[in-house]
Order: sequence, then C-alpha cells, then structure tokens
Amino acid sequence: MEIILAFIVGLLYAAGIYLMLRRSLVKLVIGLVLLGNGVNLLIFLLGGLVRGNPPIITGTESVLGQIYADPVPQALILTAIVISFGLQSFAIVLIKRAYIVVNTDDLDKIHSTEEDDDY
Amino acid sequence: MITNLIILPVLLQFSLAIILLFFWKKIEIQKKLSIVGSILSVIVAGTLFNTVYGSEILTLQAGGWMAPFGISFVADAFSTTMILLASLSSAAVSMFSIVTIKKARMKFGYFPSFHFLVMGLNGAFLTGDIFNLYVWFEVIIISSFVFITLGGKKVQIEGAVKYFTLNFLASMVFLTAIAVLYGLAGSLNMADLSGKIKSIENQGLVQVTAILFLVGFGIKSAIFPLYFWLPDSYHTPQAAISSIFAGLLTKVGIYALLRVFSLVFIPDEFMKTLVVILAGLTLVSGGLGALVQTNMRKMFSYLIVCHIGYMIGGLGMFTVAALSGAVFYLIHDIIIKTNLFLIGGLVYKINGELNMKRMGGIYANYPALSLLIAVPLFSLVGVPPLSGFWPKIDLFAESFTTSNYFLLGCFIFGSIITLLVITRFWSEAFWKKMENRERRPHIRYYDQAPAYEKALLIIPILFLSLISLYIGIGAENIFRLSDTIATELVDNSAYINAVLGLSK
Amino acid sequence: MRHLTFRTATTFLLPLLLLFSVFILLRGHYLPGGGFVGGIIAAIAFVLHAFAFGLRHTRKLLRVSPMLLMPTGLALAVLAAMLPFLQGLPIMTSLWLNEPLPVVGLAGSALLFDAGVYLAVLGVALTIIFTISESV
Repeated sequence: MEIILAFIVGLLYAAGIYLMLRRSLVKLVIGLVLLGNGVNLLIFLLGGLVRGNPPIITGTESVLGQIYADPVPQALILTAIVISFGLQSFAIVLIKRAYIVVNTDDLDKIHSTEEDDDY
Repeated sequence: MITNLIILPVLLQFSLAIILLFFWKKIEIQKKLSIVGSILSVIVAGTLFNTVYGSEILTLQAGGWMAPFGISFVADAFSTTMILLASLSSAAVSMFSIVTIKKARMKFGYFPSFHFLVMGLNGAFLTGDIFNLYVWFEVIIISSFVFITLGGKKVQIEGAVKYFTLNFLASMVFLTAIAVLYGLAGSLNMADLSGKIKSIENQGLVQVTAILFLVGFGIKSAIFPLYFWLPDSYHTPQAAISSIFAGLLTKVGIYALLRVFSLVFIPDEFMKTLVVILAGLTLVSGGLGALVQTNMRKMFSYLIVCHIGYMIGGLGMFTVAALSGAVFYLIHDIIIKTNLFLIGGLVYKINGELNMKRMGGIYANYPALSLLIAVPLFSLVGVPPLSGFWPKIDLFAESFTTSNYFLLGCFIFGSIITLLVITRFWSEAFWKKMENRERRPHIRYYDQAPAYEKALLIIPILFLSLISLYIGIGAENIFRLSDTIATELVDNSAYINAVLGLSK
Repeated sequence: MRHLTFRTATTFLLPLLLLFSVFILLRGHYLPGGGFVGGIIAAIAFVLHAFAFGLRHTRKLLRVSPMLLMPTGLALAVLAAMLPFLQGLPIMTSLWLNEPLPVVGLAGSALLFDAGVYLAVLGVALTIIFTISESV
C-alpha cells in the first residue's frame, strides 16, 4: 500500500509542477490543486498507515493497546484541505478576473508589472 | 490568568476583525474602530513585552493539553519584540489608510482583512508549533491576497497572479517539509523537535528537510534567487497596503527562518556557507535591481530584497554577535520599511507621480516636511547615529572576525548602493525643480486635502520616524534587547525547558 | 436544471438536508461529523435550492445575508474559546455542563465552538458559491 501511495504522491507532484510550468493560466491553477493534493497524501503517507485501528479507548480500558492509526496527520490533512479549499476558490476567481481584465490565458503576455513604470 | 495574556494580541485582533465584519458597509465606524483597536493592541503588546523581557519565558498550552501533544504558545523576548513592532507599525498604517485608501475599496472589507492579517502575524510570532506556524502563514497570505487584488486594476491582477502562485508554492514546499519532518521525528512541537532531531539516524534526510524549509521560507522572505515575485507585485497595491507588506510580510519569513534554524535545525558548515552565499547574492541582486529602477515604489521594493540580505547574512554566520546584529537589523527594518512606503505614498500625493524623473520640488515647497522625511531616509542609509548604522557595525565586524570576506564585501556593496539609491531619490524628488505639469484629475493631491487629512498623513510618518530615532539614539537599549534575543537563540535550553515544562 | 422532478425533490430535500446537517453537527464530538461537515451539508442544501429555484429565491429563503453568518459564526467560536478565561484556565479548554441537555445530550463549550464553525462554514461556502454564480 505504501508503495502505491508513494507513486501516486510522486505522480501528483510531477503533474502539478509540469502543469505550473505551462503557459496557460487555467493549467497553472489545476497544477496548484494537484500539488496541494499531493502534499496532503504525503502527510498521510509519512504519518504511517495503519488499517482498522482507530485511536479510540473503549470504555473498560485506560490505554491504547495495539498499534493504532495516528490521528495527528489526519488532523493536519483536514486543516490543509480546508485551507486549500479557500485558496483554490480564490485562485479560480482570480484567474477568471485576470481573463476578463488582461484578456488572455497566456502567462507570457502577463508582463505589465515589469514594463508599466507609471503605476 | 497571567498565561492567557500571551494569546491576547491574537484574540484582540481577531475580535476586532469580527466586529468589523459586522459593520461591513459602514466604513466610518470601521475607521474609528480600527484606530481604537490598533492603539489597544499597542498597549497589549507593550504589556506583554514588559512582562516577558528581563524575566522568564511565558508559555500557554492551548486547551490545557501538555506539550508536546497540544499546541503551545510561547512568548519569549524575540516573539514579544516582534509583536510590539508589528502592532506599532500596523497602528501607523491603520491611521495612514484612513485617508489614502479609496472609499470604494474600503467597502470590500479592507479593515477586517487588515486586522486578520495582523492577527496572523501575531499568531505566527507566538506559536511554538510548526504546523500551527503554517496555519498562521496561511492566515497572513489569504488576507494579503485580499489586499493585493483590492481595486482590480490590470497591473494589480497581474501582480496578484504572480504573488498568489509563488506564495502558494511556498506554502506547499513548507507543508511538504512539515510532512517529512513529522515522518522523521513524530512531533510538531518545535521545542520537542529540537531534542528529537539530533537522535535521528538518517541525518541526510534531515538536511534535505532543512533545505525544504529554507526554500519555503526563502520564497516568503524573498531571498535570492526566489525573490522575483516581490518587485513584481509589491508596487501594485495602494501605499498603505504596500507598507504593511514591506514592513511585516517578508520579515515574518525571516522570523520563521531565525526561529526554525536556531531551534530545530542547527546550521552546520554546509548550511552556514549556503546561507552566507545566498545572503551575499540577495544583497547584490536586490541592490542592482534598485539601481536601475525609475519607478519610486519598484525601487523601494528592490531595496526590501537588498536589505533582507543583512538579516540572512547574520543568520548564516550564526554567532551570538551576528544574530544580535541580524535581530537589531530586523527591529530597525520593520519600522523603516513601513515608513519608507508610507513616505512613498505621501510623495505620490504631493507630486502625483511615481516615476522619479517627473518628480521634484518637494524641498522647495515643504521644507519642514522634507526634514522629517530625511530622518527615516538617513536611518535607512545608516548615517550615524541613526538606526541603520548600529546593526551594520555588528554585522560588518562579525563577518570580519569569522573571515566571511565575501559577505563583508556584499554588506559594503549593499550599503553603498542604498546610499546611492536614496541620494538619487532625494535629489530627484526633493531638490530638483518641479516642472509645471498638468494635474491629473483622478488624484487627490496633498495640498488640496483639508488640514485633518494632512495631519493623518503626517502623524504616522512622524510616529514611525520617532521610533526610528529612538532605535538610533537609544541604541544601547536595543543592543541589550538584541543581545538577549541572540543569546536565547543560540542557547535554546531556556526556551525548550519553558515549553516542555522541565525544571532548570 | 429547472425540471419539475428536480424542483419537487428539492423542496423535500432542503429540510431533510438541513436536519441532517444539524444531526451531523450534534453527533460530532465522539463520532464522525462536526461543524465543518455539517456546515458544508447545509450549504449543499441551499445550493441545491438555488439550482432549482434560482439565486433570488434562495436569498429570500435565507433571510440573512450569508456575509452576516460568517462573523456570527466566528464570534460564537471565539466566545467558546474564551469561556475558560472566566475560570482562569488556558484558552480553548473544554468546559462541560454538569447535567445533560434534552435531545442534545451532554454539551460543552466544544459544541458552541462547533456551532460557530457550522455557521462560519455555511456563510463562507454560500458567499463563495453565490458570488461566483452571480458574476458568471
């Protein structure tokens, strides 16, 4: 299972970075989304995978007996997902706005911050 | 109860932002609340600083969960100093924005976002947990996204695309580093990590993680070669916004670097050399960038990049004296860079121009004002006995004693370039004769403004200039403070003991 | 999207989903669920309604602007976080009532916090979706 996840993480990172290097604004955002998911999976993977042992102490016991699933990475991922939800919705609105204002999807044509000296 | 004082700077800004959200469209109320809240936060920050400085480190375990299992908040001399500086400069900016931010922009949540931003800064300074630091960074950048797009002009949107992409990428690199670190050490508490990281067998992977952190924070604090987004985006929003970005956003990256590299990853020879080289190149490339700009605000943006090099250089040498210099420079830089962009805003109000070639005549028309502006400009250059001079002595001397001659050269180069750039700015904007130019209708010029607006433009600059003067003339006190901080950074046992609740 | 079947189904689904979201919110402390998921489910209910009847009707149904839900939710959450101050405990310490409430069960400051999260998430999600769909 770990090896499959490792490959998926690698694939998501590679795809994310590849898409970010393309010239299209839309692909840039898709790349960012993929990269974010790759990071989340990486946290999940590196936290250690344990099947079917939630960290819940049942009524009669006082400590956890077996090896249990670490809840911390899951909390981290949940936080990261919520944050990237906000960032991605911002990104979508931003590229839509950028398309209206700049009237291009081509990142190479976005260069008035370098040339326009009067702003 | 005393420990809850730690979280008060965060809570105050948070509550303020929530209250402001309730008054979404009523900007007159928002303005007043923002001023009152900012002054309150200065008082709170001052109290916290007073409680911590000179006595022991305060910690707060959120929810009563013991460290390293819960989230710790730590107030030591370094973090409380940063909070004090952040609240001082944000109070000044809050006042400045009342008259400079356009009404239409204020209606889109300028003030709530402003206080969310300051909340994020305070949280980042206080937290003792590395994932929590990530969360505060996100709070900061999400609020800054609001700022950078506020107005929605073409240049702004283009700047925002670059700013967003690079900051998102930095966050992802940072998060990757946290993931690897958690996989390696099984902890997120920085004090706890400090002990655990040494006992990890695979030190090679630790080194890689350290580099990941360096890249993540490096993008945020704009060090060479990761700074290109900064001069492309910082000049696009309005002056008040740029000044809070310039003063605090890159500096929180520096703070994180200093914190993480003194607590978790103690730099070895390779790391020191790497950071020193990066610092030197940051100084040179930022300086050269500033030299060729004719746009005032772009030039200031490159100066930010240039001066980041001093602080990174101090970190790279990693001795008590060098860190003390870096911390002193950080203290000086937060105030001065905020002020510099406020001055930029004021000059724009007077001249209606951003291109330095078309400016002029400020000294002839406003001699007293020019004298006031000269104070921060001279401090920036480092004319003794003003504030920029003192940390540079420390840094220069230390780079000489640790025989980092390359860095010394870059330090001197950076200083000379700064002098050159500021002199040029002074002669172009202040001494040169202003040609009679037509006034542009959409700008509200300084001399058309009523007296109270003029006062609100001048008071923040005066306030920050006075702080700069104090840092310069009362350098003895600041030295004592920065020495305390640097000693605590190098010998981190007090911090670790305070967080983990160990006895000394 | 305005098919009769869809509209009729939505009229029944809306109260059901809202009820379900509250159920998810309340069971959240020891079982899967909580304020975030509950808020998202409630948002889905309203988004579904907006698809079926149009945004204008949904706004009317909501009565309050989703923009107002955000600060209300945040204020509740901050209040819950600050309650331990009164007893001199660190921030965000869970406080519990001595007696279980009817229907809800044993409640504490965590429930107040989650209710805040519920409202904030509902407000944020609706604001985002409404804004995007209005500007298309």
